[in-house]
Amino acid sequence: MARAWLSVEGIARRYGGRPVFRDVWFGVERGEFVALIGHSGCGKTTILNILAGLEAPDAGTIVIDGRQVSGPALDRAVIFQSHALLPWLSALGNVAFAVRSRHRDWPRGRVQDHARRVLDLVGLSDAAGRKPAELSGGMKQRVGIARALAIEPSLLLMDEPFSALDALTRGTLQDEVLRLVSDAGQTAFMITHDVDEAILLADRILLITNGPDARVAEVVVNTLPRPRDRQTIHRTPGHYALRNHIVDFLVTRSRTLAGARPEGWDGRRVPEVRPADLAIKETIN
Amino acid sequence: MALRIRSMLLLLLILAVLLGGWQIAATPAAATGPALDPEYAKLLGASAQQGQQTPMPRPSDIAARAWHHLQDPFYIHGANDQGLGIQLGWSLLRVLTGFGLAALVAIPLGFLVGMSPVVHGALDPIIQVLRPVSPLAWMPLALYTIRDSGISAIFVIFICAIWPMLLNTSFGVASVRREWLNVARTLEAGPWRTAFTVILPAAAPTIMTGARISIGIAWLVIVAAEMLVGGTGIGYFVWNQWNNLAIADIVVAILVIGLVGMALDQLLGRAARAVAWRE
Repeated sequence: MARAWLSVEGIARRYGGRPVFRDVWFGVERGEFVALIGHSGCGKTTILNILAGLEAPDAGTIVIDGRQVSGPALDRAVIFQSHALLPWLSALGNVAFAVRSRHRDWPRGRVQDHARRVLDLVGLSDAAGRKPAELSGGMKQRVGIARALAIEPSLLLMDEPFSALDALTRGTLQDEVLRLVSDAGQTAFMITHDVDEAILLADRILLITNGPDARVAEVVVNTLPRPRDRQTIHRTPGHYALRNHIVDFLVTRSRTLAGARPEGWDGRRVPEVRPADLAIKETIN
Repeated sequence: MALRIRSMLLLLLILAVLLGGWQIAATPAAATGPALDPEYAKLLGASAQQGQQTPMPRPSDIAARAWHHLQDPFYIHGANDQGLGIQLGWSLLRVLTGFGLAALVAIPLGFLVGMSPVVHGALDPIIQVLRPVSPLAWMPLALYTIRDSGISAIFVIFICAIWPMLLNTSFGVASVRREWLNVARTLEAGPWRTAFTVILPAAAPTIMTGARISIGIAWLVIVAAEMLVGGTGIGYFVWNQWNNLAIADIVVAILVIGLVGMALDQLLGRAARAVAWRE
C-alpha cells in the first residue's frame, strides 16, 4: 500500500491507563479535504493536536511527505475552535504576527501589505485596525482563517472552526472556506460534529466511534460532485443517502460499534463506503 | 457631569466644616487666671507646671507654613535645613531607584517562576516566608552589611517592592492562555519571541497591577525608613520637624506625602491602562 502524502499510522492516546483512542490509521492526499466526525469525548481534538504537532501520541506516528511529525511547524496551520486571537493586537496585527513568523526577513511594510491582502481575501479590509474585542464572533473567526492562510500552509487543520457561531454566520463562513480552499487547492483536515458541514466541504469523512477506546470505524467517500453549493446540495442525487448514512452512524452505530473491535478488525483497512453512489445505483436499477 | 459637580460641592462642604471646626477648636481661648510675667514664669518653670503645650496648629497656621514652603522649595541651608522640594526629591529618588531595581529583578524572575513549575515549587516557600516580613526589619541587617544609610534605605525599598511584582508577574505568566501559546508554537515562534510578543503582553496588565501595589508600599515605607536612617528625605523632614515641635510643618509634610503618593499611583494606573486589553 502506497503511503499517502499525510499518513497517520496507528496513533493512540491513553488517559490514566485507558485508551481514549487507539490504532487510528488514515491518509490524506495532497489537495484533499478530509473531515473527522464523531461525538465529544472520542479524542477528536487530540487527533488534530497530534497532527498539528502540539501533542505527541502515546503510540504510532504521523508522516507528512515522507517526514515524521515531531512538533508544530509553519507548514501546518491551525484554525482554532475558539479563534485564539491575541486580544492586544488588531485584526491586522494578528495576521501580521503570522506573516512575520513565516517570512522573518521581510521588512515591516511588506509584512503589513501581505497581511492586508489576506484580510481582504476574507472580506475584513474595513476592520483591519479593530481589536478582537470589537469584532463579532464571525469576524473573529475570519481573522483566525486569515491568520492560518497567511502562512500559506501545505496543510490546513481546523478544529470545529464554526461551532461557536450562529447558523447564519456559520453558513457564510463555510462558503468562504469552501471557496478559499478549492481556489488554492488547499489540503485540509477538519474536525466537526456537523453532518452538513462535512458533506459540503469534505471529500472523505472519517467516522469515529464513541470513546473510550475509540477507533475510526468507517470512511465515507463523498461522491457528490464539485463545485458544491450550500443552496442546492440537498437536491443533489445521493445527498439524502449520504446524509442519512452519517446521521445513522452518529445516532446508533457510533455507540454500538464502540469499544471492542470485531474479529479480524484491521485499523489499516477501515471499510470504505460510498452511500451516495450506492443510492444512485439503486434508483437506476 | 452634573454628578461630578455635585460631588465636588459636597467635598467642598465637608472640607469647610472639618477645617472650620478645627480652626475654631484649635484657637486658644483668652488666657484666664493670674497673668504671670513670662520671664518670671520661665524662671519658676511655671510654664511646664501649668501644663502648657505647644498649641495644635490651626488650618490657617498650616496654610501659612505650606505657603512658606512652596515659595522656596529647593533651598539648601546646611545639612539640617533644606527645602521641602529637595527632601521630596531625595525620597522620590530612593523610591524610584529601589522600585526600578525591584522591577528589574522581579519581572524576569517572575517569568521564570511562572513558566517553570519546578522553579515555582522551589522558590515559593522562600517567597512566602520573606513576603510578610516588615521591610523595616531588614534595616539593621542592611546597615550592617551595606554600611551606608542611603543605600540601605534603597535596599529596604527594593525588598518591599519586589514581592507584589514577583508574585503578580509569575501569576500573570502562569495563567497565559494555553491556546495563545499554541498559536505561537504552530507559528514556530522561538522562546524569546514567544516571551516578548505573547507572554509579556498577555501578562502585562497583571504585572502592572503588581507594580502599582509595589510603588504604593514603597512610598509608605520610605517615610519610615528615612525616619530611621536620617539625613535627607521627606521622612527625615517629618522627624526633624517633630524634634523642632513644628507641628504645622509635619501636617504640611503629611499632605505632600499624600499628594505625591496619589500622583505615583495615578502614573502607574495610566501605564496599566496603556497595556490593558480585553477579550
